[in-house]
Amino acid sequence: MALIEVINLNQRYGEQDILSNINLSIERGEVFALIGPTGAGKTTLLRLIDLIDEPASGKIYFDGMDTATSAAVRLDMRRRMAFVLQKPVVFNLSVYDNIACALRWRGMRGSRLREKVNHIIDGVGLSDYHDRNARNLSGGEVQRVAIARAIALEPEVLLLDEPTANLDPLSAARIEELISSIIKSYAATIIMATHDLSQGQRLADRIGVLMNGELLQAGSSKDVFTSPRNKEVAEFVGVENIIDGVIGSSEDNVVTIESGGRSIEAISDYASGEKVCACIRPEDITLALSRISSSARNSFEGEISWLVSMGPLARVELQCGFPLVAMVTKRSAEEMGLSKGKKVFATFKATGVHVIKRN
Amino acid sequence: MVELWHGLIKAIELIVTLDPEVIQIAGLSLRIAITSSLLASVVCLPVASLIYFNRFRGKRFFISLIQTFYSVPTVAIGLFVFVFISRAGPLGWLGLLFSPTAIVIGQMLLVTPILLGLTISALSGVDRALIDTARSLGASRFQTALVTLREARFAVMAAAIMAFGRAISEVGISLMVGGNIRGFTRVITTAISLETSKGDLELSIALGIILISIALIVNIILNRVQQR
Repeated sequence: MALIEVINLNQRYGEQDILSNINLSIERGEVFALIGPTGAGKTTLLRLIDLIDEPASGKIYFDGMDTATSAAVRLDMRRRMAFVLQKPVVFNLSVYDNIACALRWRGMRGSRLREKVNHIIDGVGLSDYHDRNARNLSGGEVQRVAIARAIALEPEVLLLDEPTANLDPLSAARIEELISSIIKSYAATIIMATHDLSQGQRLADRIGVLMNGELLQAGSSKDVFTSPRNKEVAEFVGVENIIDGVIGSSEDNVVTIESGGRSIEAISDYASGEKVCACIRPEDITLALSRISSSARNSFEGEISWLVSMGPLARVELQCGFPLVAMVTKRSAEEMGLSKGKKVFATFKATGVHVIKRN
Repeated sequence: MVELWHGLIKAIELIVTLDPEVIQIAGLSLRIAITSSLLASVVCLPVASLIYFNRFRGKRFFISLIQTFYSVPTVAIGLFVFVFISRAGPLGWLGLLFSPTAIVIGQMLLVTPILLGLTISALSGVDRALIDTARSLGASRFQTALVTLREARFAVMAAAIMAFGRAISEVGISLMVGGNIRGFTRVITTAISLETSKGDLELSIALGIILISIALIVNIILNRVQQR
């Protein structure tokens, strides 16, 4: 049984729908990343899961129990979770007392409390700030206190809302390192909201894409990034080549997609006449100066319209009836003498094309 | 003018020599005002928290009503308490009329709106995210209220000091339900009023200086607290 089960969940603020018909289940011990742009409803969903707010409609089951129950039972459930807010607020107390307070609320006192808090403070690298007022710490340190305060509770579910947003790159990297170590050393179920796709990919077992209050796709990061369910998800997860077209022919699940006077071959079960998008990852495209003979079903001649260096890679934009972006190593680009206006052949496999239906 | 100077010098003499009557009146005033503002705080802090943390119909109107009573005339409160504790009143059997307890009750009623209103304002000033943080860390409603009050402690203390200032400077309640009985219910404000009417400016000025000094000290503390 899933630890958290969200069924047909809706949330409204005034006249505005914030979440629509969310269905989601989170298994015990799973690290789940909710990704989506700012304002997608990620925080709202985390607040509902943490039982801080009540939904307009729908159900949330925690460990098999309906959370729409008395305040006392909800408090007991909430005490099995910990939530680190996007902009963490620390109490106007020392770092020690900030971490100790929630344990005191649970009745922990004396040497047990002291040992536990000191252990956590050491664990998150805040030993030098033990007695300092938490309000006088930097953003990264405050985030560290907030995370320490949450993990001190040994929650069954740890909710993290944009844990590295508003931090400088160095602090963000340290916090991510801390989260990574928490994942390894605690058996907690973690649900984190982030708009940083690569962070979600690095840390999570499973990813859910939330956009405009709707959970558009949930699955392994490979699924979400290579097989986005629709155009919005494809655009959000950074698929650079999304080519609109219409299915021309279909035979044994091999289809041709007509776009810009060209036919792209792909594997799909859509019928002819269906409006679709062909998604091709730039790293799946091979560039050559002449047409190459290979098993790849798609090879198009095009003209380079833009070329830019990105560290060890070169991003090449082509126009071959439809725009196409390819990624090659900088060295290859130099050896091939790639430059703006040069004609090249772009080759990619039919299996490298992910086809999604257009609305 | 000469008479005023003479009165001022005599007043300072009364203060410096710790004149027993001046000390007794000032001490009683302080005791009554501190007691009433402390007792009212004990009652008002939880009540203000209840009002702030609960949603109910007419809440805004209720808070506006509380704020309206900040400037309630002291004689109106005096009259209200008098009606209740006078011998013919519903609480007449308690025999509280013309006692320090009666003044304390009156002053508690006087400062209640100030304490309620300013404590609600103080709680409203606490970052909403802090309340969410407390709840997300598993604080019960009571623990959340305590955390919020602790965060707002300086503003709440300022409210209590304001209440004390209002209590010690009022005259209507002390006069009406205290009776201005020498050595028993005579406080600074009622003494000034009586002595001035009798022409004893020296004692009035001495008590006036003490009252202003108390007000000054209260203001200094208030400023310090609000700056934190």
